[in-house]
Amino acid sequence: MNIPTNLKYTNTDEWVLVDGNTATIGVTDHAQEQLSDVVFVEITVNVGDKLAKKTTIATVESVKAAADVNLPVSGKVIAINEDLPQTPELVNTDPYGKAWMIKVELDNPAELDALMDAAGYEKHTKE
Amino acid sequence: MAEPTIYEISSQDRIGFRFPACDVPETALPEGLIRDELPMPEVSELDVIRHFTNLSRLNYSIDSGYYPLGSCTMKYNPKINEEVARLPGFAFSHPLQPVETVQGNLAMMYELQLWLAEICGMAGVTLQPAAGAQGEYTGVLIIRAYHHSRGDLKRTKMLIPDSAHGTNPATSAMSGFEVVGITTDANGNVDLDALKAVLDDTVAGLMLTNPNTLGLFDQNVEEVIRLVHEAGGLVYGDGANLNALLGIVRPGDLGFDIMHFNLHKTFSTPHGGGGPGSGPVGVAKHLVDFLPFPLVGIIEEGDEETPPLYGFVRPEKTIGRMKSFHGQFGMMVRAYNYISMHGPDGLRDIAESAVLNANYLLARLRNTYNVPFDRICMHEFVMEGHLDDAPDVHALDIAKRLMDYDFHPPTNYFPLIVHEALMIEPTETENKQTLDRFADVLIKIAEEARTNPDLLHTAPHHTPVGRLDEVRAAKELVLCCWLPDKI
Amino acid sequence: MFTPHTDSEREEMLRVIGVRKLDDLFADVPIKLRFPNLELPPAFTEIEARMQMEELAGANETAHDLACFLGAGAYYHYTPAAVDAIIRRGEFLTAYTPYQPEVSQGTLQAVFEFQSLIANLTGMDVSNASHYDGATATAEAAVMAYHHFRGKRTRFILSPSLNPQYREVVKTYMGGYENINLAGENLDPLCQPDDLASLLDDNTALLIVQYPDFFGRIFDFTALIEKAHQFGALVAVAVNPMSLGVLKTPGAMGADIAVGEGQSLGLPLSFGGPYLGFFATKKEYVRKIAGRLVGETADAEGRRGYVLTLTAREQHIRREKATSNICTNQGLMALATTVYMSLLGKHGLKQLANLCYQKAHYAAEQISKLDGYSVVSQRPFFHEFVVKCPKPVDEINWHLLDHDILGGYDLGQDYPSLAGHMLIAVTEMVSKDEIDALCEALEEVNNG
Repeated sequence: MNIPTNLKYTNTDEWVLVDGNTATIGVTDHAQEQLSDVVFVEITVNVGDKLAKKTTIATVESVKAAADVNLPVSGKVIAINEDLPQTPELVNTDPYGKAWMIKVELDNPAELDALMDAAGYEKHTKE
Repeated sequence: MAEPTIYEISSQDRIGFRFPACDVPETALPEGLIRDELPMPEVSELDVIRHFTNLSRLNYSIDSGYYPLGSCTMKYNPKINEEVARLPGFAFSHPLQPVETVQGNLAMMYELQLWLAEICGMAGVTLQPAAGAQGEYTGVLIIRAYHHSRGDLKRTKMLIPDSAHGTNPATSAMSGFEVVGITTDANGNVDLDALKAVLDDTVAGLMLTNPNTLGLFDQNVEEVIRLVHEAGGLVYGDGANLNALLGIVRPGDLGFDIMHFNLHKTFSTPHGGGGPGSGPVGVAKHLVDFLPFPLVGIIEEGDEETPPLYGFVRPEKTIGRMKSFHGQFGMMVRAYNYISMHGPDGLRDIAESAVLNANYLLARLRNTYNVPFDRICMHEFVMEGHLDDAPDVHALDIAKRLMDYDFHPPTNYFPLIVHEALMIEPTETENKQTLDRFADVLIKIAEEARTNPDLLHTAPHHTPVGRLDEVRAAKELVLCCWLPDKI
Repeated sequence: MFTPHTDSEREEMLRVIGVRKLDDLFADVPIKLRFPNLELPPAFTEIEARMQMEELAGANETAHDLACFLGAGAYYHYTPAAVDAIIRRGEFLTAYTPYQPEVSQGTLQAVFEFQSLIANLTGMDVSNASHYDGATATAEAAVMAYHHFRGKRTRFILSPSLNPQYREVVKTYMGGYENINLAGENLDPLCQPDDLASLLDDNTALLIVQYPDFFGRIFDFTALIEKAHQFGALVAVAVNPMSLGVLKTPGAMGADIAVGEGQSLGLPLSFGGPYLGFFATKKEYVRKIAGRLVGETADAEGRRGYVLTLTAREQHIRREKATSNICTNQGLMALATTVYMSLLGKHGLKQLANLCYQKAHYAAEQISKLDGYSVVSQRPFFHEFVVKCPKPVDEINWHLLDHDILGGYDLGQDYPSLAGHMLIAVTEMVSKDEIDALCEALEEVNNG
């Protein structure tokens, strides 16, 4: 199981890549393993939306489960991955790369402290 | 050989059915409102009969074999029910006819309302909801209406045990409630501490299935209900497992305020490949005014010489209408007939035999498969479809391998609180020989899991099709077939 | 009674379980409440039960005995013998929901064909495996529209000529959501589509119209649908599927959703149920549909097969996040209509729709010649029309019953402004002679 060390994580299996004041969000390798073959991804927010932490930003569906992807930190949406809904299997094959979902401009960078680092997340997946 | 689709056997200009010629002078159809093409099949009657007969032969059914499906109550569907439902007096009655012309229907519905109320200890019953899920929706709406009628608007939470059927939380969410889960304790009962921790004046009610989906009668059920009542909430009973309680105990006597029935489970109406169901709802006295409209009632009292006049009444604080007309009338006829053929002794015999069968199977299987809640069960029990010394074999594989032995699999992966769950409900109409054969096969499959797991991973082998590619189905989403010349 | 156990089998089973007697299995049930005396009549054998049911059924007078002119959402049509022959087969009747596709291909393929036939009939892209009835299918359209806009649009316009029962059920179903505005009820019941257009705004999630409407009138909704789309709203058309044997489809008009009552596809009247709701829509909304969906796929050997698909939307997986709690569909009724649509096919469906249309128009013409009666429908109509009567409708209907005629629906029950108006339906089951007899009886009431 792949848990890149340069990312932050939530206990609901989202990852966050921080670059200056921008955060990129997606779901982890662990999440895609649990879901198995992803057949559908819908991003349910628009560029320009100002959203609070924990807002649902996408839905991911496999044959046996459907999961909401929630915003780990509050911010304004500045980009969404338009290609992802066409190729949902990217969530399985490249969860940290091509399967990024949205990018936000952070409202409150201090919220990042509440997220887990790679070691913390690895421990969480074993529970 | 796969059966082609009805479109694939179509042949241009073939006629299947003829109507009499038009006996009135004809006028032109309205211009601009006529369709161009009508892309429907063109087949003969024999084509139709052969096609659907061949399709039917690809199906497993109760008539051909045993379904150990937990919480589905796959009992025998009596053939006499099919006959009586088709009596012309029932089949050709229009729902909007003057009530005076359909007193047979209304008298039957009124009596069925009374019978169901008597069976479960409730004061009033509506026959309108179309299915269990709709019955739940009706019940939850009644809970909301009850609190609102007393000016209590802050009760926004519905408590639901983690073992509950998915319709319970879905129904609560649809009705605007916040769902709060309650854990199950090590004995398979509602965790009383967890319950007490969340009970306050923001709780509208608790949705409880008893016996629960583990097949266990909650050993503290009266206490659970008392606690909820004390906090001002109502208790809704999911009646899916009523088969274990007929003539044994009445949910109303235990303190339930509302419950729904599944006529297609407990009362033998056929499953029909997925429906129709029928989900009447019973309520205690304080909730009778909230029942959906219309309700069958007596609109003119009778006397020694004349029977009463039955009609439709509107409960004073009705939550409204749940569906068109009066409900799944054809299923009511079947359920009524079924109850009249059993009487009180027959109903108790159903529950006793169902519980006997389940405990017998449990006794035969508990040494082969792990049963996490190992106590006397009711009409069903849950075991783990996983063997420690065959780690690669899962409940799914065992389920698929059962089909090679001509058994339909039990319910799997539900309830969610048991790992690799296999939920087994024999029902009362299966005989001992069938149960022994089933147990023997499951024991054999456990052995196969150890010695030849691949046989299970690639199962089933003897069915019309093998394991189907569900990922492909979801990705490609081919949901209809078109005529060959349509784009 | 259908339990098979013999005394000796019971004893043996108790022994294996390890309890002394049957009552021991119920030790968890509170003693004071155990084994109540149920006050129910003692058991009948099959012969006695059948006689009782025949007596009850015999106490009714039905469309079988009377000439039926009553419609208003349920219609007397002929059910071909082949339909019943198929749905009585135990392999279909007593089969469970097809969750294990390998042993359910009969049910699954039949549902796939149902979906295809409904989509083709309504001119839409996809259909689901059915809802309980037309009213709940319409309510599910409202729920779908609500979720489509994520609760941001809260106005739902319901045409006043939508079946009143459908309106009631939509109200019930939308009651669980906040701040819903249901508009349209205050318009004149016989208003035109343009009057509905004036209610559209940016907060409108869904406009629901009926076709033919509750009064039997036919409108082309193409222009109205375009206007609704300009506001970003969705449009659902509640359609009588039998009329689509000849009429332009909701799909051709640009509807987003087509719903309706499948009872008119050869299902018996059966005092209101079991009936059949259908739900068809455009491809882009397929993931928002409630209820079951069957999709085509293949097994490892390449054999074509069918499975329930997109099940992750449904209650058993999504639980409180599901948009609907629906579990059962109307499986057997969907099969019945599939057989019916296949049997009648292209020619039969067209012939049926035409017969209903022609007979209704003949009836309307003859009635309009009678003193005291006038046909109110100003539009093209399909097989129902409104008649203004010289006497109260129920008085007329009592008189008609004396002549073995089941009269039309009293519209005053639902629309105060239409008191004294009767909704008359005519289907293929009514002959010219019966229509003439109706006219004679109507004349008699007026003169008597």
